[in-house]
Amino acid sequence: MTDPYDVIVVGAGIVGAACARACAAQGLTTLVVDAAGVGGGATAAGMGHIVVMDDSPAQLALTRRSQQLWGALAAELPSKVEFEPRGTLWVAADEEEMQEVRRKQVVYSAAGVRTEVLDAHSLAAAEPQLRPGLAGALLVPSDAVLYPPAAAAYLIHQAMDLGARMLPSQRVVAAGRGQVRMEDGSSLSASRIVNACGAGAISLLPELPIRKRRGHLLITDRYPGFVHHQLVELGYLKSAHSVAGASVAFNVQPRQTGQVLIGSSREFGEEDAAINHTLLAAMLRRAQSYLPRIGALKTIRVWTGFRAATPDKLPLIGPWPDDPSLLLATGHEGLGITTSLATGELVAAEIAGVKPEIPAQPYLPARFLDGSRAASQQGLFEEAAHD
Amino acid sequence: MTETRSTDLPSDGNSIVLSVDGVSVRVSPGCTVAAAVLMAGTPTRTSVSGEPRAPLCGMGICFECRVSIDGVPYQRSCQTLCLPGMKVTTTGAQLLP
Amino acid sequence: MTQIFDTLVIGAGPAGMAAAIAAAESGQRVGVVDDNPAPGGQVWRHGTPLPNAGRRWKGQFEAAPAVRLAGWRVIDCLRLAPDGGVLRAECNTPSVPAADLHFRHLILATGARERFLPFPGWTLPNVMGVGGLDAMVRGGLPIAGKRVVVAGTGPLLLAVAAHLIKRGAQVVAICEQASLAQMAPLGLALLRQPGKLRQGAAYRWATRKTPFLTHCWPLAALAEPGADDHRDPGTQPRLRTVTLHRNERQWNVACDYLACGFHLVPNTELATLLGCQMQDGFVVTDQQMRTSTPGVWCAGEPTGIGGVDASLLEGRIAGLSAAGKSEAALSLSQRRPAIQAFTQALEHACRLNPRLRDLAAEETTVCRCEDVHMGALRERSSARDARLHTRCGMGPCQGRICGAATEFLFGWLPDPARPPIFPALVSSLMEEAAAGSPAQPEIDSR
Repeated sequence: MTDPYDVIVVGAGIVGAACARACAAQGLTTLVVDAAGVGGGATAAGMGHIVVMDDSPAQLALTRRSQQLWGALAAELPSKVEFEPRGTLWVAADEEEMQEVRRKQVVYSAAGVRTEVLDAHSLAAAEPQLRPGLAGALLVPSDAVLYPPAAAAYLIHQAMDLGARMLPSQRVVAAGRGQVRMEDGSSLSASRIVNACGAGAISLLPELPIRKRRGHLLITDRYPGFVHHQLVELGYLKSAHSVAGASVAFNVQPRQTGQVLIGSSREFGEEDAAINHTLLAAMLRRAQSYLPRIGALKTIRVWTGFRAATPDKLPLIGPWPDDPSLLLATGHEGLGITTSLATGELVAAEIAGVKPEIPAQPYLPARFLDGSRAASQQGLFEEAAHD
Repeated sequence: MTETRSTDLPSDGNSIVLSVDGVSVRVSPGCTVAAAVLMAGTPTRTSVSGEPRAPLCGMGICFECRVSIDGVPYQRSCQTLCLPGMKVTTTGAQLLP
Repeated sequence: MTQIFDTLVIGAGPAGMAAAIAAAESGQRVGVVDDNPAPGGQVWRHGTPLPNAGRRWKGQFEAAPAVRLAGWRVIDCLRLAPDGGVLRAECNTPSVPAADLHFRHLILATGARERFLPFPGWTLPNVMGVGGLDAMVRGGLPIAGKRVVVAGTGPLLLAVAAHLIKRGAQVVAICEQASLAQMAPLGLALLRQPGKLRQGAAYRWATRKTPFLTHCWPLAALAEPGADDHRDPGTQPRLRTVTLHRNERQWNVACDYLACGFHLVPNTELATLLGCQMQDGFVVTDQQMRTSTPGVWCAGEPTGIGGVDASLLEGRIAGLSAAGKSEAALSLSQRRPAIQAFTQALEHACRLNPRLRDLAAEETTVCRCEDVHMGALRERSSARDARLHTRCGMGPCQGRICGAATEFLFGWLPDPARPPIFPALVSSLMEEAAAGSPAQPEIDSR
């Protein structure tokens, strides 16, 4: 008996969409299933910041590769995706953070990412709304901004043009051993199944080393030109602005609409989508400490979303050792929008049996199953929670 | 209650004079800014695709009547009463050459 | 600013005023929050003429010992427990900081808004709601000599037409989408409500020179003047002509304003934020107007579109109940069935003709905040799907206008309310809830 599909991708968020597109491009017969429609989960809740990050060499490799893929795709993205090469400004508050700017520049440069160091004067000229007295910033011009649900829809659209199918409005209750079972009792079979359910991946595979990490975002009415780049503080790298175990950081994005998207917060142990008013207030005060006039903007909406966090801050991409039919594409924490494209590339290369563009090893789920299986994943997280 | 240029306003203790896009408008006390903008004959805002818009609901729900009042943008003119000397700017006027 | 109340009333329309008066009479420390500069709600909006009942109730309300926050709106709920909670409110004056309002009992009297349906040209300046144009006129817009078409559905059409005529407007036509047969049960219900019947007859008398066309609706609003329209075009595009439809016939009418609204939909954002149980879009209450959320009452239009009398009665019941006078509240509630019969007849009379779904063309704007066209919405599956992929409902009205339309057009249920339930300054969300014990309110020495 032949399986009707080579691949079933569970999850039509941006990661699932990128996996489906890459698999379809390899000539694999591909099906995508998601009850929440395209880009309805964390993809809709995220910021849409295409950013190179260097917390680890593996993170740098994945984000850099993804950023290049986004750059290559940029020209063909429809206007609805709102792709804008805004660049990131890593804002340094003081001389100590300027040292981090210079360190970062060396690392980025070694990875082939062009950057520019801004002194206090150039930073003030680039972003006049920032408070006076900041030390400078690192500008990463190749970073970009986009609207994630539309980007996911575009990737799904491309996958379908390549022959993939999309099955909406069916909740998946089980996935593995070549079978995907739906809520209505029906099931589908495939040679390989990709679990791309973000933080929801654990509902299908409870033993995954993934924890939900809730975040808040606020979007304002339209204020074109209020800020020009994605603005991120460097400070949170060295000191978390902790509120009862949770942390906030200054992270503000200009949308193509002229709206201003304000983040960010991180908290473990919350399953509820409700707003944490204390944390939201702290997050906004943090933003105000960098952009003194931000309080005068009008809020249209506030929402929360759940990042899929892993203990080592790297995603789970590749085969699940316990089930040869199952692959994972989850655990991207706050970088799923950026790293979706390289994730898709890795997943498709694995299934098609071709050599990936970047080494797959650092992201393999097997890394958490090496040695003793009894190793407490909770213990792994305890360390990570203090980042 | 007529639209008048600031140069030929009659003096009348019982009325309020405010400016809408630089044109003086004389209104009675209790008049809403939305009504004053309508009297001035200008749309309140330009929509995101460039259409002129004017008040719809009159009760603070639809946000079509948003104008800048004394430099503060996005004020609902239908829920705001006119005050002497108020400076009202419509987005339509801002986008005019 | 922190304020502490026994009973906090949201809305100063008839239901809110009656609730506040009843609670204050019972010795409660009462606060009333209302978005409008003056009390009275939409039906007794500021500006003459007011009926006697309106003047009397507003007078009583203004004399009642209550803290009135006029020009304030609730943006969020910071805390909610059976023994009380905290709402955050923002003032329409941007320089005034947000306030935290502590309460033991909360009465929602948030009223209703008009339902708008998209049709070609409905976004033109001078196309407004029925209550919308009425509010503009009460707010000072001169209407004398202006040609007005009043259209849509519901009792507001006749009431507003009568008011506009009194102000000197030339009301060209009143177009009611319902058929005469559909309105018949309402006529019967009116026979049992002599006051309403008298009022309706007075409105019809005042509008006697204007054709009242049933089963009639606007097909389009046009910026182009008709051949015989020689009035000053002005410098801005605005409404000049309305195309009307009745009995398979269509014709153009020259006019200066089109007042068009399709009855009312309740304002339930705060009720849903507080988790109150809903049914068919309305807040579910018991005989004492208690919602499913302990400590929260609801009165007036959010429980059913029943008009002023229902609102006044429900408000009073809620105010008494919140003040602990359950017996008095229950005794009053025996008057509700008669009023509820009217509410049901009204709902039947205002049921929308399915053909109104065909008014919007592919390029007709449905979401006015984000300029989303009808054609972009057809392939979407829900309000959320439409929001994420077309921006429909993403703008500052937070879907209040397009949500009622897409519910009728596509059957999409509104998304759960999220804070802020009204666009709010970022600074208004920057403070944690101020400390304060709602269980031990300050004694007011007013």
